[in-house]
Amino acid sequence: MSLELKQVVKRVDGQTHIHPVDLVLEPGSFNTLLGTTLAGKTTLMQIMAGLEKPTSGEIWFNGRNVTGVAVQKRNVSMVHQLFINYPMMNVFDNIASPLKIGGYSATDIKKRVGEMAELLHISDLLDRRPSELSGGQQQRTAMARALVKQSDLILLDEPLANLDFKLREDLRDQLPRLFARRECVVVYATTEPVEALLLGGKTVAVHEGKVVQFGVSSQIYHQPGSLISARVFSEPPINTTTVVKTGNKIAINETVHWACQGSTKQLPDGKYTLAIRPHHVTPVRPHKTAITIDAIVEVAELSGSESIIHFEAFGQSWVSQSHGVHPFANGEKAKLFADVSKAFYFDAEGQIACSADGGI
Amino acid sequence: MNKPVNQKAWLFVMPVLVLVAFNAIVPLMTVVNYSVQETFGNNVFLWSGLMWFEELLRSDRFQDAFVRQLYFTFTILAIQIPLGIIIALAMPRKGAWVSVCLVLMALPLLIPWNVVGAMWNIFALPEIGLLGKTLNNMGFDYNYTRQAGAAWATLIVMDVWHWTSLVVLLCYAGLTSIPDAFYQAARIDGASSWAIFRYIQLPKMKRVLTIAVLLRFMDSFNIYTEPLVLTGGGPGNSTTLLSIDLAKKALGEFDLGPAGAMSLIYFLVILLASWIFYTLMMKNEEQ
Amino acid sequence: MPVQQTVAFEMAKITLSGLAHSYLPSPVKPQDWALKRLDIEWQNGGAYALLGPSGCGKTTLLNVISGLLTPSQGKVLFDDKDVTVLQPDQRHIAQVFQFPVVYDTMTVFDNLAFPLRNRGLPEDQVKTRVHTIAEMIDLTSMLKKRASGLSADGKQKISLGRGLVREDVNAILFDEPLTVIDPHLKFLLRAKLKELHQRFNNTMIYVTHDQTEALTFADQVVVMNMGEIVQIGTPVELFEKPQHTFVGHFIGSPGMNVLPCDIDNGAVMFGGRKLATTNKITGQSGKTEIGIRPEFIKFTKTGIAAKIIKVADAGRFNIVQADCHGTRINLLAMKSESIPSENVKLSFDPKNTRIYVDGWLAGERGLQ
Repeated sequence: MSLELKQVVKRVDGQTHIHPVDLVLEPGSFNTLLGTTLAGKTTLMQIMAGLEKPTSGEIWFNGRNVTGVAVQKRNVSMVHQLFINYPMMNVFDNIASPLKIGGYSATDIKKRVGEMAELLHISDLLDRRPSELSGGQQQRTAMARALVKQSDLILLDEPLANLDFKLREDLRDQLPRLFARRECVVVYATTEPVEALLLGGKTVAVHEGKVVQFGVSSQIYHQPGSLISARVFSEPPINTTTVVKTGNKIAINETVHWACQGSTKQLPDGKYTLAIRPHHVTPVRPHKTAITIDAIVEVAELSGSESIIHFEAFGQSWVSQSHGVHPFANGEKAKLFADVSKAFYFDAEGQIACSADGGI
Repeated sequence: MNKPVNQKAWLFVMPVLVLVAFNAIVPLMTVVNYSVQETFGNNVFLWSGLMWFEELLRSDRFQDAFVRQLYFTFTILAIQIPLGIIIALAMPRKGAWVSVCLVLMALPLLIPWNVVGAMWNIFALPEIGLLGKTLNNMGFDYNYTRQAGAAWATLIVMDVWHWTSLVVLLCYAGLTSIPDAFYQAARIDGASSWAIFRYIQLPKMKRVLTIAVLLRFMDSFNIYTEPLVLTGGGPGNSTTLLSIDLAKKALGEFDLGPAGAMSLIYFLVILLASWIFYTLMMKNEEQ
Repeated sequence: MPVQQTVAFEMAKITLSGLAHSYLPSPVKPQDWALKRLDIEWQNGGAYALLGPSGCGKTTLLNVISGLLTPSQGKVLFDDKDVTVLQPDQRHIAQVFQFPVVYDTMTVFDNLAFPLRNRGLPEDQVKTRVHTIAEMIDLTSMLKKRASGLSADGKQKISLGRGLVREDVNAILFDEPLTVIDPHLKFLLRAKLKELHQRFNNTMIYVTHDQTEALTFADQVVVMNMGEIVQIGTPVELFEKPQHTFVGHFIGSPGMNVLPCDIDNGAVMFGGRKLATTNKITGQSGKTEIGIRPEFIKFTKTGIAAKIIKVADAGRFNIVQADCHGTRINLLAMKSESIPSENVKLSFDPKNTRIYVDGWLAGERGLQ
């Protein structure tokens, strides 16, 4: 069961919501749509489901053109951010409802609902009404209903967004496992980069209605193809500044420069945008080749085990994330260290010119 | 591109199309037909152009009825909208009394229009009606069958009694959709009850209020049964609203041409007023 | 009603004394209480967080402090003055809610000016004050816009601004204020809050279920569960020395590993090996567990035998799930660290391995 979008475009009232998208989602794959709130994730999902028709372009499912085929005629399940259950039915009937419509036998229904409830840890809630459940339990019921029928396409639109932090951690771990044995295409939308990474599978990075990169999640994180992609896939935000490469030297300004190492040696001379993730900028020098930054601390956030330091350097707001507790006063001048061997370099068009050595 | 063309869809739309045709389009076109012709019976019709329209617009009788109609509509709007908001604000938001209040409010809306007219007719009779008799015993000279003022007052009170509930229920629905956090924030900000009403409740009720005003405007312009049963348009012509005048002309006097012209003018006035009103409100909304 | 300066003071110490609340008229069972009896004293100018899962009573507690709710028992004191029965506007507090509350029909300026105008401040003072605050929270360019047209984070800034704009505020309360904000903006707004606190030293109380928000924001975190306080401590204390397995699990991502263990003649046995721990068990009987954070487990040549079942890439590090005789153990491995295949040996850092009896840290009494 593969899902294919061919040159799909969506325009509403003259505004382009989705720029031409080509995407092939493979059978049995777990795909995360990653982007900010108005990036176009929900629109893309609605087009995939058949709830919305693309302005132009085609949607193919299993080698069949399904553009314009109503959602009822496709075998699709969807879970929304808000928990949607039938209020007058108990949990069992809620989960069983798609199976009853599908004409399964009573014993079969009982078996399938039981299995699904077991997987999502709601077995002992089966005779309760949704109004008697907590938010997390309601969302798991909604998920069980979406997953119990053997859909060809399962769409999850920020299903964990309204849940408690710890519950989210737990479900994030369980979800990919639920689909591991299935042939269906799973699409999961989220605004959180960490979530995309932990869910594994593939990531579709979406920005302002465009798909900026598509590939295995950890690869996109470690090898972003463009500056936008790196920004979409970075939390805390990735630090950037302009650098100039001349000969064997890369310089941010007159005082901060270093000698080319590894693959940066092959870069043609010129201007680049350097991007470095916050955890490669630390208050403790990681090794000799790290460069020193004269920083003015804006604010330091200290959790029990790590420090997040917001500071100003090179006329930009930068962030450092490190282990341990490193207190700084607001406005304090500090020395921080950037491990530039882990930096990315992007050219004037924002495309990757040189990736970090070792790919981190 | 490969969208299947399925003509069967027309079958499903058909019943509605037929219904609308017989209900609205055919009668309307018949009226248009009458309004531009003159007839002397025996199915003989003569083209008369816009003669009826001119005649009608110039006639005192139509102008008087039209002014009375405007007077009636704006009076009841001026009473029902604020009163409806006040009652809605006073109703409980939670607890057992909610359903009691809602049922009480819905009751007048459930009574058929001619029954409302008959009820008030008897209720207000000066000799035997509870209201009429009481008023007279208290020393008021009240007789709606003879005094134009009393007839008007009775008519307006009856309409307020019958229809304010609609405004209340709509406003109540708007009010209950406001999250608690808004009230809490306002309390913390030190807002007075008036400020809460002005900056939280009223803005959140705006949409339903638009609908309430529109519905009440159209309905009151169309009102027929209740005043007919209550006063029959009297005493004299004092409570003869547009619709009563129209019925007299069409059915009583059988002047089909002028009655047709009048119906059309009537229809256009309501359409125009509603459109202007709705556009204004929606424009305001967009800002 | 002229409520101006009913109780006049700036920035107060907040004391909660013998406080308890139930939403039922006559509570009988312990679970009838949304908030079980508690005593807290918060210093003037501190940043505090109430942390716990949904339904733990943290929002109830916040509403009691703000005066939106009158507690069934106990007192709320601001600078030793009893304010238990005072209305929210008389307590001089500000609150930012989970979903942004803005006055739709007003401009951003009027929204910020609203609390001042309600208290009858002269218009020229209103103007200077609003401009100062707008500058601080980056809203200056939007002052003339209608508030309804702003994005969620913009609206939340307005809510925050309405709290900061008053000079007579005793405390600013936050009820999960970043829930509806995108991660990037959430990160920036969180830092902004921290910065504002350090600049102005307002007493701030922040309610959340998100441990990252609580730990980065607060000087002191109150961890709650089922209407009770489980531990009060600095972020470092909560991370390094959880008083209860609940705190260990709730703080940290992934949380502390809580592993059932046996006690054999005073020695702690897990996975067939004797473990060194920082605290000693003192003869109590009950369910015994050891608590160890994923950060403090390392791969070694000799140690507890386990089998790797999953390696999840979290970007900065890998989260490794291992199985040890049916018990799941999480550990963190740096990206530079190589992860052995399948069968591994694990070592626990003795300084950070603790014994818990019936959930509570052994050798220390719980809060009660």
